[in-house]
Formats: sequence, C-alpha cells, structure tokens
Amino acid sequence: MKTIKIITAAMLSLSLTAGAALADSHLQRAINARQSLMGLYLFNIGTLGAMAQGKLDYDAAAASVAAKNLALLSSINQSAMWPEGSNNFDLDNVTRAKPEIWDNFADLAVKQQGLVAATGAMEAAAGGGLDSLRGAIGGLGGACSACHKAYRGEELK
Amino acid sequence: MKKFILKFAVFGILSVAVGLLLTQPKTIDDDEIAGVTSDAARGEAVFYQGGCASCHAAPGATGDAKMVLSGGRKFPSPFGTFIAPNISNHPVRGIGNWSDIDLINAMIYGTSPERRHYYPAFPYTSYARATVPDIIDLRAFLATLPASDTPSQPHDVGFPFNVRFLLGGWKLLFYSQGPVIDAAALSEAAQRGQKIVEGLGHCSECHTPRNMLGGLKKSRWMAGAPNPEGKGFVPNLTPHKDGPGWSQRDIAEYLKSGFTPEFDTAGSLMVDVIENTSKLTDQDRLDIAAYLLALPPRARQ
Repeated sequence: MKTIKIITAAMLSLSLTAGAALADSHLQRAINARQSLMGLYLFNIGTLGAMAQGKLDYDAAAASVAAKNLALLSSINQSAMWPEGSNNFDLDNVTRAKPEIWDNFADLAVKQQGLVAATGAMEAAAGGGLDSLRGAIGGLGGACSACHKAYRGEELK
Repeated sequence: MKKFILKFAVFGILSVAVGLLLTQPKTIDDDEIAGVTSDAARGEAVFYQGGCASCHAAPGATGDAKMVLSGGRKFPSPFGTFIAPNISNHPVRGIGNWSDIDLINAMIYGTSPERRHYYPAFPYTSYARATVPDIIDLRAFLATLPASDTPSQPHDVGFPFNVRFLLGGWKLLFYSQGPVIDAAALSEAAQRGQKIVEGLGHCSECHTPRNMLGGLKKSRWMAGAPNPEGKGFVPNLTPHKDGPGWSQRDIAEYLKSGFTPEFDTAGSLMVDVIENTSKLTDQDRLDIAAYLLALPPRARQ
C-alpha cells in the first residue's frame, strides 16, 4: 500500500510540472539581469518620486545622484538580456515580457531613446528645486509606461 | 396519445413565444428623454469615465490620434475574437447619424439601431448603470470628434456564439441595471465611487472573474481574474489581507500618474485605463478609491 501511495504521489507531482515550461539557465540568467536592471530603475525613481509626492524631504544632492544614476542606467546596452524565447508565452511564470518585443526591435529602440531623453531631462531638473523635479517626473513615468503598455504582460500571480 | 401531443405542442409554442418576448432587445421610449438638454463639455468627462477611446481608437494610436474612433482593435476571448467597430462621427461608416436614443439603447441595453443584441465584449453590462443625461451629453461630445471612413470589421466568432439571437438569453441570466454592492452600507464618497466603478468605469469587466458562459461572478466582485486576452492575472482590488494594502491616497495617485506606492509604473492593460482616469478629477479618483476600500474582501481564486 505504501509503495502505491509513493508511486501515486510521484506521478501526480510529475504531471503537475509537465505542463510548465522551465527556463533553461541561460534564459533565466538574462531574465534575472534585466529584472535587476528594472529594480535599479525602481530604486532611483523611488527617491525622486517620494520627494515629488512629499513623502520624503527634498534634498538637491540626493535627487541629483538618483537622477544621474537613472541616466546612466537607461543607456546600458541590454542586447544580451533579451534572448529569443525569454517571453511570457513560451515560459510560464518567470517573466512578463511579451513575444511582441522580438517582432518590434526598432520600436523598442525608439522607446529606449524616449527613456534616455526623459532621464536626461530629469538629470537637468533634479537639483534645481522641488518644482523643477516635479516638472520632470511625469516625463519619466510616461517613458516607463510607453514600453510597459506595449510590451509588458499582466502580473504573474 | 393525440391529446398529449396536442398539449405538448401548445406548451412548446407558448414557451417559445414567452422566451422570445423575454429576450427581445430592449429599447428606451422617446418620452423618457423629453426635455433633457445636452452638454458636450460634460460629455467629455463621460467619454473619459467610459474609456471609449481605449477600445475604439485604431490599434497603437497615441495622443490626438486616439480621438479618431475608427475601430479595428482586436479582443481575443474564449468565445472568439471581437473587433471594435468604427464609432467615429462618419454618417455611414461610423455613428454620425445616430440619435440620442440610438446611443442610449446601445450603451444601456446593448441593443443596436437595427434592434439586434450587441456582444457583451462591449461592456453594456456596466454601462447599464449610466444615466440617460450622461449618454445624451456623451452623444453631443462624440459629435465633435473627427470622422473616419474605415469600415468596421465583422467579429471572428464561431458557432454557436455567432447566433446573436441567443444573447437575449444571456442577458436574461447576466444583465442587470441594479447596483452590485448595497449602497446603504457605503459612505458618501464610496457611493459616488460606486457610480463610476460599477457604471461607466466598467472596472469589473476585467477585475471580476467570469463563469463558463462569460457572465461575471458577482460573489467574487472585483477580486481579480485571469487576463481575458492572454497570459497572467488582473489584480484583486478588494481590501483582502493577501493584497498589497494600498491606502486611499495610493490608489488615487496610481489612477492619476500610473506610479504605484513603490514607484513601479502601470503596465500593460492598465496604462490604457490610466490614460483615461488621469483625466478625471482628483475627487473622482478619491471616490473610486473609497469604493474599492469598502468592498467585501475576497481572495482571488
């Protein structure tokens, strides 16, 4: 009886994982890298956004540092972080990147330029007072959203 | 035996007749709109609450091009792929020659000017709770928008879902104009939010799970659902303990700027929504948030 139970349990767990496509390690490394990059954007925008919303006291030096970081990050060459097959259609539950990305690299480049422009505008504005910072934060949000609207899928969980 | 067949036949005919009567496309009477004046400026607010451009503008349109409601955007679903029609001001290809009553019948009852049922991919199950003055104002605003001569494409829907007549039965089961949450239990702000969320805002159409026939599961109101168009999940908006615990200000800020409390930005389908909610008033967004925070907490299934 115990053997039967063990075999049944093993077959059940095999059948549960059979449907999911697991990312091979080179795809997973690329996904981890680009998600970490987004995490660094998040960390720096967090400082600027909190100041803009009054959740953090305005500090011109800290704002300038965050803005400069963002400008540098947005110009990193990401080409190795987006290998074929690392999309949310071929892989389950590891990425929100839509397959459309791989059909639209030219448009992606345009959107990355948009981010570079928006972070450049923020770099110029961040140290110049709270109003100046507030003036540039909308452009940053808009640049992020432009890519997310077209190429990021819905939440995984 | 003969008597039984006769009785059965009469019963059958009567049932069909009653069924046909109950599932007739509903329309509004002329006298219900008598004396209501239109205001295109207020219609613009209705336009953003209802989010018309997000579905009816051409795929990929941005900025001013979003005001050209030429249709063409595709909506895959378990029942087939629906394609948004042209609702621009064109008198033949669009709705330029629609009367106020035509638009009211369409949005509130899901009935076309030819007296056919619309598919509920057009969210009249929510627009049902809009008011007649809202729709009349919207009609005036739509008349100020450009005309496009792009022909509307037919939906790509197979049998039996392509039998529109059956939608009458679907409406009997799943269409209602009444409120979903008991308004008496809500604060004033949440009641104002309810009018937007359950009505023109049509948030539940994505954020509430559906049963096998495509009707909304009201027992899991706004508790999140699988993405109807593909992969992933649409989030749970009820104040459930497993949720992120956003405050009223967090929600209102997100609907305005797209920034989450951690400063992630919205994406993907919500970006469209925020392009509309960002044009509402601050009070509207706070009211929407008040309603969401007053919802019965449910886990997403």
